[in-house]
Amino acid sequence: MEPIKRQVRAYILDNFIVVGASADFRDSDSFIEHHICDSTGFLELIGFIEEEFGIKVEDEEMVPENLDSLNGIAAYVLTKRAPLEQDAGGGR
Amino acid sequence: MGGEDRPALTQAVLQIDCAAEVERIATGMVNIVGERLRRRGALVALSGGVDSSVCAALAAHAFGPKKVFGLTLPERESSPSSATRARQVAEQLGIPCQTEDITGTLEAIGCYRRRDEAMRRVFPEYGEGWKSKITIAGGTEGRINFFRLVVESPDGRVRKVRLPLREYLQIVAATNYKQRIRKTVEYFHADRLHYAVLGTPNRLEYDQGFFVKNGDGAADLKPIAHLYKTQVYALARYFGLPSAICDAAPSTDVYTMHQKQDEFYFALPYDKMDIALWAHEHAVPAHELAACLGTDEKHAHFIYRDIENKRATTRYLHARAALIDRLPEIDD
Repeated sequence: MEPIKRQVRAYILDNFIVVGASADFRDSDSFIEHHICDSTGFLELIGFIEEEFGIKVEDEEMVPENLDSLNGIAAYVLTKRAPLEQDAGGGR
Repeated sequence: MGGEDRPALTQAVLQIDCAAEVERIATGMVNIVGERLRRRGALVALSGGVDSSVCAALAAHAFGPKKVFGLTLPERESSPSSATRARQVAEQLGIPCQTEDITGTLEAIGCYRRRDEAMRRVFPEYGEGWKSKITIAGGTEGRINFFRLVVESPDGRVRKVRLPLREYLQIVAATNYKQRIRKTVEYFHADRLHYAVLGTPNRLEYDQGFFVKNGDGAADLKPIAHLYKTQVYALARYFGLPSAICDAAPSTDVYTMHQKQDEFYFALPYDKMDIALWAHEHAVPAHELAACLGTDEKHAHFIYRDIENKRATTRYLHARAALIDRLPEIDD
């Protein structure tokens, strides 16, 4: 999970203006509550996640549990990638 | 009673004394325009919808029809019935009214071209004869709000897709030219007449940020921003405005496919949205809102959260240009 969280954190710090105490957000911190992301920011983040991790975020998966913290995103990405990695493994 | 100091949550909470409210608003308008703004009349752009029609009626009541100037500002994608209704209102109120078609300006500035470029990145075959609109989804199901582009091909086939952020922003930015060019024309006439420009948002639009900054959001006075949409309709009936105005469902009239406001922006149809916003303002528990709307408590919580999210996301639209240092001699 750690590499995913590192990549997403770096993307957020590179692309959004995160100031003051919010810049030190923890893995479990809510992006909404810490004013890191608004709904437009989430759409940007979803675009990054899809491209970077090779997954498709379905409409019904766009819930705060999957996207509103580094922990949430890492867990969600791993769940989405598990079947893809199994398929890749089975083909060897 | 629903609480110690508030009535039970029903449509009745939105009832107002129309005659008294009209007098109260008219007095405020005269004071603000005459004393604070020092203008000698009011200009209102008439869209053919209930909000601008009621604003025009209030202005005619407050200042007298001769001191009100109406403008209709259609472009090639406006519904022809909008302009007809707008002229009907101006005639009924006895206010002078002028029509200026802004299609040429929008073409010259790239409104349609820039919008269609973004649409073609999503639907490469999109072009002449196609229609489109943007719809919102997510918030009231507890998800993150996102937007879909819906297109209709000339043979009537409808397709929709979730819009990537870049394309969504470009489509909205290009479409916002419509409101901003309209406002530019409004201020030309307001300046030449030395009038104040009326902004026409109702409370839902004002509260939830459903306006274009420096477009329809720009005005000198917003006389119905405190009124729920239900109350605006009540004033329209009180003024005896044409039934086409009093009965029309709110529409954006900005995209080529018919687009209801609750498809584009609000979580619910306006009458339910009014109740939800009133309930939010009066700290009504979610289960009571749910009972009133005929939904479940979880959905009511999502509606409250959507209201708060939209407020937070659109705070920037309300903000004046910020200064590094306060200048109280000017701003206070």
